[in-house]
Amino acid sequence: MSTAGTSTPPPGPRVLLDPTSERVPSKRPRAPRPASLSGATIGLLDISKSRGDVFLDRIADHLSRRGLRVERYSKPTFTKPAPVDLRHRIATTCDVVIEALAD
Amino acid sequence: MAGVTTFTTRAALPDGLAVVVRSDCPTCRLIVPVLAQLAEGGASLTILTQDGPGFPPGLSCIDDSSLDLSFALGIDTVPTVVRLAGGREVARAAGWSRDEWEKVCSSTGLGPGLPGYRPGCGSLTQDPALEDRRAGQWARAHLASRRIPLGELEDEAEAMFERGWTDGLPVVAPTEARVARMLSGTSRDPGEVVAVVPPDMAEATVEKVAVNAVLAGCRPEYLPVVLAAVEAACTPEFNAHGVLATTYFPGPVVIVNGPLARAIGMNSGINALGPGNRANATIGRALQLVIRNVGGGRPGEVDRATLGQPGKYTFCFAEDEQGSPWEPLSVERGLPPGTSAVTVFAGEAPRAVFDQLSREPSSLVRTYAACLRTVAHPKWPVAYDAVLVVSPEHGEVFRRAGWSKDRLRAELDELLQLPVEELVQGAGGMAEGIPPRWAETNRTLPKLRPGGLLVVHAGGRAGLFSAIIGSWVSGPAGSEPVTKEVRA
Repeated sequence: MSTAGTSTPPPGPRVLLDPTSERVPSKRPRAPRPASLSGATIGLLDISKSRGDVFLDRIADHLSRRGLRVERYSKPTFTKPAPVDLRHRIATTCDVVIEALAD
Repeated sequence: MAGVTTFTTRAALPDGLAVVVRSDCPTCRLIVPVLAQLAEGGASLTILTQDGPGFPPGLSCIDDSSLDLSFALGIDTVPTVVRLAGGREVARAAGWSRDEWEKVCSSTGLGPGLPGYRPGCGSLTQDPALEDRRAGQWARAHLASRRIPLGELEDEAEAMFERGWTDGLPVVAPTEARVARMLSGTSRDPGEVVAVVPPDMAEATVEKVAVNAVLAGCRPEYLPVVLAAVEAACTPEFNAHGVLATTYFPGPVVIVNGPLARAIGMNSGINALGPGNRANATIGRALQLVIRNVGGGRPGEVDRATLGQPGKYTFCFAEDEQGSPWEPLSVERGLPPGTSAVTVFAGEAPRAVFDQLSREPSSLVRTYAACLRTVAHPKWPVAYDAVLVVSPEHGEVFRRAGWSKDRLRAELDELLQLPVEELVQGAGGMAEGIPPRWAETNRTLPKLRPGGLLVVHAGGRAGLFSAIIGSWVSGPAGSEPVTKEVRA
């Protein structure tokens, strides 16, 4: 059989297709740590895992006794990322957040 | 499946007759006088020569040694004559048959002195060595994924492990040709976005899913099922982010219904939940690789499972619909009978249900209830769903007694109303259980929430066993099973 239509191309480098999303993660610096908590509003985020409230109640107790302002928040369910509105509310209200990832 | 002809774009040829030939085909040489006769008779004639110009002698022809036009016309034999009108094919004859050629060419007296019939030769488009080249060419023109050249001394399998593309088992290298062939399994555009995949919330195109389906070892005809599984798993209801991130056990269990499951050779019989069937094994794996590679969900990173389970490599099976005493899962979940569909369920590993003595459904259903109670914890109601995989021999017990799926479910619901005093924290000497306040307002609590039990029929003909696949946290607080129709 003639091979006019079928001649194999010369061997080149093996090329694979990237199976990933091809994203390059952008790095953002952490917010600077506050030097002191005085005058700060502290958010306590309960992710709705069992006994997270027990832990945060104690923290709230300690912080309030030091005269600090505490705001309580909770995620609707621990199984999903926090809703955007909740994240926004915390970010615009609080200087510091403590999250209870309890089990 | 369309095979290599998929990698073509429609060729524009003038209306009239197109004849495809090759110079080393005796029948093509035999009919040169016919071509001359047609050309002299004033027919609008285009001759396409597969092995370069210069044949047929004395007649003008188009060099189709690229075979683009031959592929576009779907030629498998030379000579072939095709009549085109309004840009569409209206008639064709393959090989040489005077009667057929005269019909196609609307002529009479073609090839006087030639035999009435001679078979043709194979078209060069049928050369299997061509497929890779064609597929590669098509991929270069149509696919957007980043190209990753391997070093000359790099071992292919090792290179893919090193780049973090695998679940720990070897994968198939996603070359341009393989991805192009994979895409021949769907009519969807490679650039179409199938889903946004957590945890990175990255868009998965049909092409990216195909690349991962190649990695997983799929055949092209499995791709529509993989695409549907990816769509289903990436819905907010299924909550793939949570299923991945939890310290608990679940992975996406893919249950396939409808004619496509049989057509692509999925296993719903012996060892349905186990190894040995390529479609079952690779479809479930492809979904997990999409979550890993496109979504960025990797064990030890966002996947925080304490123990995990082997079904997170792959967990996919088909329902045995033909042998089932009941309607298929997809129908129960609202799709018309005969529709191919996938259902994804956030499941743990299957657990065995042993009952070799029950011959009456009233007995067997009690076995099921006792075993279903143990999902997650025998003292936890409501919070977990389950898939009950009923094997043929167990299914027969219900069939003989005329129990519908609804009846089975109703009886289970009744048996699984658990007395709160057995569930409360501390009861039975076990700290785990429901908070005491739940016990104040209820006398019993159901093990399963309404709609929390999926019943599927699968397995080998012999064996009085069934299986239970427990869920992760069920419902809106966790994961809902999701069913999607499979689109071609």
